[in-house]
Amino acid sequence: MRPAWSVVFLTTLIGAGQGLFAAAFAAEVLRAPATREFFVAAAAGALVLASLGLFASFFHLGRPERAWRSAAMWRTSWLSREVIALPLFMAFAAAWGLAHHFGTGSTLLIGAFGLAACLALFGCTAMIYACIRFLQEWASPYTPANFVLMGCASGTTLAAAIAAPLAPYLGRSFAFGAIVLATAALAVRVASIARNSRIKPRSTLQSAIGVRDPVVRQVSQGFTAGAFNTREFFHGRSFRFMQALRFTFPLLAFIIPTVLIGAGIATESFGLLVTACVVQYVGLVMERWYFLADANHPQNLYYQRVA
Amino acid sequence: MTQLALVIDLNVCVGCHACVTSCKEWNNGGSAGPLSDLEPYGADPVGTYLNRVQTFEVGTYPDTKTVHFPKSCLHCEDPPCVPVCPTGASYKRAEDGIVLVDYDKCIGCKYCAWACPYGVRELDARQKVMKKCTLCVDRITDKALPEGDRKPACVMACPTNARLFGDIHDPESEVSKAIAYRDGYALMPEWGTKPANHYLPRRITEPCDPPGPSSS
Repeated sequence: MRPAWSVVFLTTLIGAGQGLFAAAFAAEVLRAPATREFFVAAAAGALVLASLGLFASFFHLGRPERAWRSAAMWRTSWLSREVIALPLFMAFAAAWGLAHHFGTGSTLLIGAFGLAACLALFGCTAMIYACIRFLQEWASPYTPANFVLMGCASGTTLAAAIAAPLAPYLGRSFAFGAIVLATAALAVRVASIARNSRIKPRSTLQSAIGVRDPVVRQVSQGFTAGAFNTREFFHGRSFRFMQALRFTFPLLAFIIPTVLIGAGIATESFGLLVTACVVQYVGLVMERWYFLADANHPQNLYYQRVA
Repeated sequence: MTQLALVIDLNVCVGCHACVTSCKEWNNGGSAGPLSDLEPYGADPVGTYLNRVQTFEVGTYPDTKTVHFPKSCLHCEDPPCVPVCPTGASYKRAEDGIVLVDYDKCIGCKYCAWACPYGVRELDARQKVMKKCTLCVDRITDKALPEGDRKPACVMACPTNARLFGDIHDPESEVSKAIAYRDGYALMPEWGTKPANHYLPRRITEPCDPPGPSSS
């Protein structure tokens, strides 16, 4: 598939925002000694990230002025459900932050609703990809696992960076959590790469045109110019580029941030924690691009040769 | 329940692309149009088509055959493109089984195209909404046309009669009989989409009077 940058930014930004909210709410539930300022800052951070993601998503649409229609088919469409879950999550995160700011109480109840919306949003976003059965690289339980773990890992790294100046005693806990989550995300992603490298495509040129002969080749796709089918479904990068990316993103998304977080906490360096957030986000953008590009669409069987 | 469909006879398709151009002509105008092209005479044109004819070579030289293969929306009985649509723009008509897009509701998110294994949906290059074969719904339902003309433009144009049109749920229809007698098959059956369009396979046609030893 050709990765759309709007989708890459949408999924990575809201994932980090959801993870940040979940980490901060976990701290509240576990009665960690956090300050009001920390909760407000975490809620604001989650809201900003989710808003940026929402903004990015509009660039994916051919007719963004009609985006309001997209909540209609929630009974059948995971995309429609995501369109509902995202503003719900944002509303609860905002309410939770405001409740902390004004000390109105019932923050645990509001936060619990926020967490439910947060988990629902993770599920909807991941299922958009995982539910397409013939995109075999996406159609696996690894897809939701990866979305949840990567969102929580990047969000918890952010929580560590926010906690460092506001609630220093919390910093260590978040840093530990971020390292555990990044390690888990790395392990699951490696497992999913291993799974995807062994996929045997269910569709073949034989099933695509319905012949039994083992030797079939396309002579012509029927046209010489570009078309939607030749652009939307091919990433257009070389095998070596994809291979290089496959070895680079785990370093940037998981391994280097883990080292930076550890060093940041050990040396009490706010700068190192912020660097960890930035490096991890760049790595996760590369990961998401790779995830989208990695899927082989069966329609590509029909578009192999111009002439 | 009616399920309109095309049955395409690969045994007689000669790959002339008349169905492609007639489809483009019909659907570029009238109530369905336009079907936009960008830079049609430029260096890097982009077009939107609802029907393509592709060519495949089957077998190993010298025992090869050329298969010309027209491809358009298969109007699946269980279309994976429909439930994923977030706005309801993509739908399957209950009365005749045609899978259609409401161009006024489509937001151009392209999710339905991802969810179609056959690659038969194309985003209109200018209108930025999803386009696909409608079985010329504006033509086949037009009571102003003589009954014989109420067929998709591609069917009317085909010079070898390789394209049959009808209700595959009616066992007495021409298309149902063609599927039954000629072993009509569906594409990519592995995904359970149950395409309504069927293809009739190539077959070896023997000469009526095979050349034998001369009697003189």
